Amino acid sequence: MVNWTAEEKQLISSIWAKVNVEECGAEALARLLIVYPWTQRFFDNFGNLSSPTAIVGNPKVRAHGKKVLTSFGDAIKNLDNLKGTYSKLSELHCDKLHVDPENFRLLGDILVIVLAAHFGKDFTPACQATWQKLVGLVAHALARKYH
Amino acid sequence: MLTAEDKKLIQQTWGKLGGAEEEIGAEALLRMFCSYPPTKTYFPHFDLSQGSDQIRGHGKKVVAALGNAIKNLDNLSQALSELSNLHAYNLRVDPPCFSLQFLSQCLQVVLATRLGKEYTPEVHSAVDKFMAAVAAVLAEKYR
Repeated sequence: MVNWTAEEKQLISSIWAKVNVEECGAEALARLLIVYPWTQRFFDNFGNLSSPTAIVGNPKVRAHGKKVLTSFGDAIKNLDNLKGTYSKLSELHCDKLHVDPENFRLLGDILVIVLAAHFGKDFTPACQATWQKLVGLVAHALARKYH
Repeated sequence: MLTAEDKKLIQQTWGKLGGAEEEIGAEALLRMFCSYPPTKTYFPHFDLSQGSDQIRGHGKKVVAALGNAIKNLDNLSQALSELSNLHAYNLRVDPPCFSLQFLSQCLQVVLATRLGKEYTPEVHSAVDKFMAAVAAVLAEKYR
């Protein structure tokens, strides 16, 4: 059972309230594909991923990034039941998508960096620690149904 | 593998830090201790509270070493050779701590908070690759 202090919940919701899910999601996913190019293996049908510029401008990347981060928003509404929230998605990522869970950790770390670039000094060490905890738990929940 | 473009971006980015290197080192360490508490096990002899002189001093050392590595991107192995020995034989920091890049993540967060939009995907990629290369060199002599 995960424990969230009142302070942690506050740090999560105050940041999330200011996040543009579409922009942030698009950016996080684009950076995943740019910084860790091997992750492109999951997106063969996305069209042009030939350069950072192409990736950033790719409409499928943007759309999928928005989808991924929207799902993250669900986690934030259900901090006390991440396992339940991600149960079906976990099965999907294992059985249909065949994504190595290591990639969830990579995306989580990238999301933290995107938030840091966006929020600057407001992304304090305490804030980062809370968000690292959150992305770690989301990654764990997504990996849970793997077999 | 660091491309010529990566090297240029890394050097440019480092150049933008404008003398704040010490603060950046201390902040990266502080963030690492906050986000990844097990990393504190390597510093039982330190005062790890915010603003601690020891964290400042150590942050300064770490950043100086990174700065030196950045001046020698074509020969990281040699530039970091002594540090590689130190980490392998004396400090024996768990190698996955390097490859898991706790310090890399926290340093990048610090850079991102300061550079904002200038921490572009290309810069992000170059810095991430650089830190991975440094980690690999430091872990070279472990066994």
